[in-house]
Amino acid sequence: MAELFIFFEQIYRILFLLIPVLVSVAMIVWLDRRVWAFVQKRRGPNVVGPFGLFQTLADALKYIFKEIIIPASSNKVIFILAPIVTMTLALIAWAVIPFSETFVLADINVGILYLFAVSSLGVYGIIMGGWASNSKYPFLGAIRSAAQMVSYEVSIGVIIINVLLCVGSLNLSDIVLAQKNLWFVIPLFPMFIIFFISALAETNRPPFDLPEAEAELVAGYQTEYSGMMYAMFWLGEYANILLMCAMGSILFLGGWLSPIDLFPFNVIPAPIWLILKILFLFILFALIKAIVPRYRYDQLMKLGWKIFLPFSLIYVVLTASFLMYFDLLPGN
Amino acid sequence: MIAHAIVFYIFSLIAIVSAIMVTVSKNTVNSVFFLILDFISISCLFIMIGAEFLGMIMLIVYVGAVAVLFLFVVMMLNVAQQKNEWFNSSGRSSHIPVGLLVSIIIFFELIIVIGGWKYKPDLLDSIAIEINTDLTNTQSLGSVIYTDYIHLFQLSGMVLLVAMIGAIVLTFRQRSGVKRQSYFKQISRDRKDGIELVDVENNKGVKIDA
Repeated sequence: MAELFIFFEQIYRILFLLIPVLVSVAMIVWLDRRVWAFVQKRRGPNVVGPFGLFQTLADALKYIFKEIIIPASSNKVIFILAPIVTMTLALIAWAVIPFSETFVLADINVGILYLFAVSSLGVYGIIMGGWASNSKYPFLGAIRSAAQMVSYEVSIGVIIINVLLCVGSLNLSDIVLAQKNLWFVIPLFPMFIIFFISALAETNRPPFDLPEAEAELVAGYQTEYSGMMYAMFWLGEYANILLMCAMGSILFLGGWLSPIDLFPFNVIPAPIWLILKILFLFILFALIKAIVPRYRYDQLMKLGWKIFLPFSLIYVVLTASFLMYFDLLPGN
Repeated sequence: MIAHAIVFYIFSLIAIVSAIMVTVSKNTVNSVFFLILDFISISCLFIMIGAEFLGMIMLIVYVGAVAVLFLFVVMMLNVAQQKNEWFNSSGRSSHIPVGLLVSIIIFFELIIVIGGWKYKPDLLDSIAIEINTDLTNTQSLGSVIYTDYIHLFQLSGMVLLVAMIGAIVLTFRQRSGVKRQSYFKQISRDRKDGIELVDVENNKGVKIDA
């Protein structure tokens, strides 16, 4: 009986996390389009609901009632599995995100490794979708995105090492608590910039949206998808973007901590601060989409391997030497 | 405890079934996907016995990087077709003895490992380093690898470096006539060496690219 109770309590907690995440994914799509429109001096979605807030819900409804077309020559099992994998991986990563000191679903020892592992698994949804479609454009898109994501994961990994050197723990709550006095964005500012750009590449956002470059590949790996399956790819992508923003705010912007530990700031509950930071990073993502043209593929690879990787490796050495020299290494 | 056992059996069942499916399935891409499923369930087993660092590294390295490249190769080269041609060809093939030799060696190695299991209690006593149970896995692994076994660690790094350079040397070919973009050249170009005004005489052309 007691075990059953724990089981239902866990399910309640999971739903309490997942439903807000899904709703905020819907809202974030609206925000993305609004920011994009704002930069281009358009209005953007403003018809459905107040300020067009329900636009995404209307879109989702439209997708649900559309027919799902499965190409005859596709590998049907993998074709159907691909959007499910994308969506699932985008959602399970939220289990370790700490919204406050106590409000975290799974406070595991290797939280940051878990996040990194899940985001590196994200490439499978794309490869599976691209290959199972059995069509040229999706396959090219899938190969591009696989190469791109694997390359930028390497630099994200090295950036994470930089942060871990300053923390001395892989636990996400510890990472946030280590920033109590100084957010890591200040001493590791170059790393923050590189993390931000790598996160753009990792989530296939413009200017690195080569996997779905419409001018060359129609819609990349999603070309053959329609209806609800397309919508799942789409939601998974935005959930991944939110996750990357959350990861950035935890690693560099002090997670749930308030900027100054003084009266008007520390009254605001901790989760609100994290959400504000995620929103800040997301608006930067949306602005970049509007103002930067798409990269060429060889430029993308050159940036990842020849510039970001050596630079972040050198920064690891610098950080380690600095901590060692001034005897600031954690855990002593 | 029962829940733990149930979860363990679920993961190990998935691991064994997918390992069998890797070899059995006709489509090579499907067998790579089964291999990935196998990796994932094995890393879940690692996490279940409390080796969370090893499990996560297994996910990141094998599933996140190695299997992606594997999948790449299998998708790009038409391995399935080659395999079928190879099986159907009536001519004698030199691959079978080599494959047999490798599989016999692996089989005997597995037997030795299973036989060595008997001496496991003695092995645990012969470990020279004290295991500190207060630290987390990651911390204790780091404090052992980077201090007591630093030479072995660097040696394995060297082996990987040699493999990497070898791979680059084997695949690198210098092609002539490739136009590369040089950012520095592009940026440092100005109007003076970009544009030139020439007075053209009547009925006579000008030579560009001089």
